[in-house]
Amino acid sequence: MCGIVGLHLREPSLYPRLGELLTGMLCQVTERGPDSAGVAVYGDPRWSPPGHASVSLLPGTTTPDEVATALRAAVPGVAVVDAGQTLVVHAPVDVDTLVAAVRTALPDLLVIGSGEEVAVLKGVGHPQLLAAEFDLAQAQGWQGVAHTRMATESAVTPAHCHPFSVGTDQCLVHNGSFANHATIRRELVAGGAVFDSDNDSEVGARFVAAQLAAGYDLEKSLKLLCERFDGFYTLLVSTKDSFAIVRDAIACKPAVVAETPEWVAMASEYRALAGLPGVEHARIFEPEPEEVYAWQR
Amino acid sequence: MAALSTPLDVHEPNSTTEAVVDLSVSDVRQLNAALHAPDVAEKVPSWRVTHPDGRHSIAVGLDAEVSVEIDGHVGYYCAGMNKSATVTVHGNAGVGVAENMMSGTVRVRGNASQSAGATAHGGLLVVEGSAAARCGISMKGVDIVVGGDVGHMSAFMGQAGRLVVCGDAGDALGDSLYEARIYVQGSVKSLGADCIEKEMRAEHLAELAELLAAAGMSADPAGFRRYGSARQLYNFHVDNASAY
Repeated sequence: MCGIVGLHLREPSLYPRLGELLTGMLCQVTERGPDSAGVAVYGDPRWSPPGHASVSLLPGTTTPDEVATALRAAVPGVAVVDAGQTLVVHAPVDVDTLVAAVRTALPDLLVIGSGEEVAVLKGVGHPQLLAAEFDLAQAQGWQGVAHTRMATESAVTPAHCHPFSVGTDQCLVHNGSFANHATIRRELVAGGAVFDSDNDSEVGARFVAAQLAAGYDLEKSLKLLCERFDGFYTLLVSTKDSFAIVRDAIACKPAVVAETPEWVAMASEYRALAGLPGVEHARIFEPEPEEVYAWQR
Repeated sequence: MAALSTPLDVHEPNSTTEAVVDLSVSDVRQLNAALHAPDVAEKVPSWRVTHPDGRHSIAVGLDAEVSVEIDGHVGYYCAGMNKSATVTVHGNAGVGVAENMMSGTVRVRGNASQSAGATAHGGLLVVEGSAAARCGISMKGVDIVVGGDVGHMSAFMGQAGRLVVCGDAGDALGDSLYEARIYVQGSVKSLGADCIEKEMRAEHLAELAELLAAAGMSADPAGFRRYGSARQLYNFHVDNASAY
């Protein structure tokens, strides 16, 4: 069991409330995944200032000051934001430059997300405490995704937590388990993919990233995932301009979507949506099996 | 019943017979414990629950002739194992509403999530909106009337009871069905293994009219088709031995 929540805001006046709303949603799915949690926030000015690229890192025992010192010479204007078990580094350079600089200067640190819009924060512990550690309630932005994890397939470490963000501004969270992930992992590795964990969900994220890199749009990429993957899944996948949901053919992993003119929200359970403004007037439905639901910014 | 650590905050603003429980103040265990009191039907036959906000297991295991009105959306297993009580959800219901119901009536004014009425032995479940996947899975005698559509694998392995769908049915309707009877007014995306369309005889029109009336639905029984088990999966066929 895991918990998924996501919020795609259409109404700009709600952007300052993204973190507050996402925190409320995350806390409602705590019981579905009490061992760890993670969030991806799009457009927060602290983590992803306009004109800057951001890289999210698991620093291990490396301190924020050590990270800043290691990067300063190679990346002028770099800033390091401490978010507990995660650090977010941003600088007024392009994404590839910042990622390359981080990998060169800090080869032992794990990059867990990068982009112009997205910051990925994750860690092991009680989701409510992690939300406080991330200072999630203060976050602003136009889109956010969160996951609470009850591990079934791999270890409980920050690196094994969702979201898996393996392409620029991409993010995937998964409730379920893939049956044929080892086979698909071998194929992706043969195609040049490098994995950060032995988590089955990361295989889904790398597969989607490979389809997007091949030029398919998100909807087509998820249809291809349905054709190739065996197992149970409710997936919420986001990019810098899309928010998409898909469930496997059996659709036993729960999902409920609520949509209003102001926002689109998805959650494992309705109670995570109950606190959203205007939810009483929302169109509420459960996604059909193997049907891709996608919203564009 | 274990004693409650804190007393249930029950308000009786309008009448002496309706108790109001606000779940933003009280918790579900307190509510359910109060509904399980041996003399609940004599003392407080009518209950109203406010601010359910999708909480799980509201009004489960009732065993008395009480009426419970829930003002809002509920989470998993609402009115599960219901016996004798009448539970109305003025909103949507999560997974497994009225699962394993024995008797009584459960009505969902909105939509129901997957596995509505799962394994239920008796009583009437009415979903005024649509029900998601696996509605009536392994039903064992319950009557289910759905105003809208039902999702895939509905009435899977149904053993007894009636499922009435005023809208459309999804894939694999009635898969591996034993003896439940299914009536669908709209289209059926596909029938499951061993489920076939059957003749609508006078007695079926009569029972359908009764079920629709009990559910308060105005649909015309003449517009429905009947589906049931072809009874080809009851026994192993020796002709299939080579497949194993």
